[in-house]
Amino acid sequence: MSVRHALLALLAEGPKYGLQLREEFEARTGEVWPLNVGQVYTTLQRLERDGLVESDGEPDAGPQKSFRITEGGEGELTGWLRTPPDLSSPPRDELVIKVLVAVRVPGVDVHEVIQSHRRYLVELMQQWTRLKDDEADFDLSVALVVDAELFRLDSVIRWLDTADGRLRRAAADGPAPAPAPAAAAAATAAVPRLRRRIGARR
Amino acid sequence: MSVLELRDVSKIHGSGAAQVTALRNVDLSVGPGEMVAVMGPSGSGKSTLLTIAGSLESPTDGEVLISGNALSTMSADELAALRRRSIGYVFQDFNLLPGLTAAENVALPLELDGTSARRARAAGLLALQRLDLADRAGHFPDQLSGGERQRVAIARAVVGERRLLLADEPTGALDSSTGEAVMRLIRSACKQGVAAVVVTHDAQAASWADRVVFLRDGRVTDGTATPPGPESLLAPGPGR
Repeated sequence: MSVRHALLALLAEGPKYGLQLREEFEARTGEVWPLNVGQVYTTLQRLERDGLVESDGEPDAGPQKSFRITEGGEGELTGWLRTPPDLSSPPRDELVIKVLVAVRVPGVDVHEVIQSHRRYLVELMQQWTRLKDDEADFDLSVALVVDAELFRLDSVIRWLDTADGRLRRAAADGPAPAPAPAAAAAATAAVPRLRRRIGARR
Repeated sequence: MSVLELRDVSKIHGSGAAQVTALRNVDLSVGPGEMVAVMGPSGSGKSTLLTIAGSLESPTDGEVLISGNALSTMSADELAALRRRSIGYVFQDFNLLPGLTAAENVALPLELDGTSARRARAAGLLALQRLDLADRAGHFPDQLSGGERQRVAIARAVVGERRLLLADEPTGALDSSTGEAVMRLIRSACKQGVAAVVVTHDAQAASWADRVVFLRDGRVTDGTATPPGPESLLAPGPGR
């Protein structure tokens, strides 16, 4: 989440004070991303340095200082909105690594590992859904954030289900992977190998 | 008292080399107003669990009780009456009768149970009204959207004094927002005191439940705890 661009978006509505920006940021993101006031002022200083916002009032006016977006800031904001986030290469996903390691470590039942993560994720989804159920008429921003979180968790569960099925089929089809002293390292190497294969830089 | 209780239920289909154990020693209890979701891969026994809970088939071993009454002690007529009066079913493909209107489909279980056509129709209309479907009462199933058909099926499942709602993949044929609307309706029936068991492979549908049990190879292998309040979402979780 880019605090810098979130602040520019809020200032695109009109001039605002630092504290007001912090309150509005938290309200618009469904209070899911808490922001401390120091982060707000540091980011505003950088935006001002880069000519993307302007302030009125003295440099040491503190909370009384009002900020507004510049033409350059508007250009930066619209450019950012239309630039897709980098989803082209697999992220370094801790859960994927854990499952890859669990396949190889002797004495560990990978299906139990998968189920413990699946249960935790479903419990998290229950909490998000309860929020939706409790507040049927809640704010549109909160609804969008809750939906995004539910779809994200759902996709992880689907991956776990698929991994579970793939591992069961593999176990039925052939011999289990041989345990080796460097098994964990070998498993974690799968992701970098994949990155190399698809030419990803990270 | 639980609305539904499965005690050490097992179900074996076939015999000899073709024998398949669909359920193994399953215990499950669902109280009034509670929604329990059952998740598991294909072939894990989810649908068998639902048909046994709904008295549509008998367990090989164990006991099923509905509102404290053991199904094994009931005659075929008593079981049929129980199904008409106390249990509502919702299926992925809706299972509405194509030659009947929405209102007639909803009123059908009451009419079959001896309620006069006039009173059954009034109760059916009321159930449709609660689901915002009053204006669709005279429509036939093929004149309704998938979401509307499923809402009619839910109205039929809760019409009268039903205390137990059994749903098999109720959102399976629906897009995500219509699926959410359907789960809200089931949730709302639970808030009126109905106990519900929802079999699903869809985690988003399951997340509406108070409890989720996981089935694999016919066994209950795991289950979620009662979810804490939403405020815990802002606290750091394991591994975060």
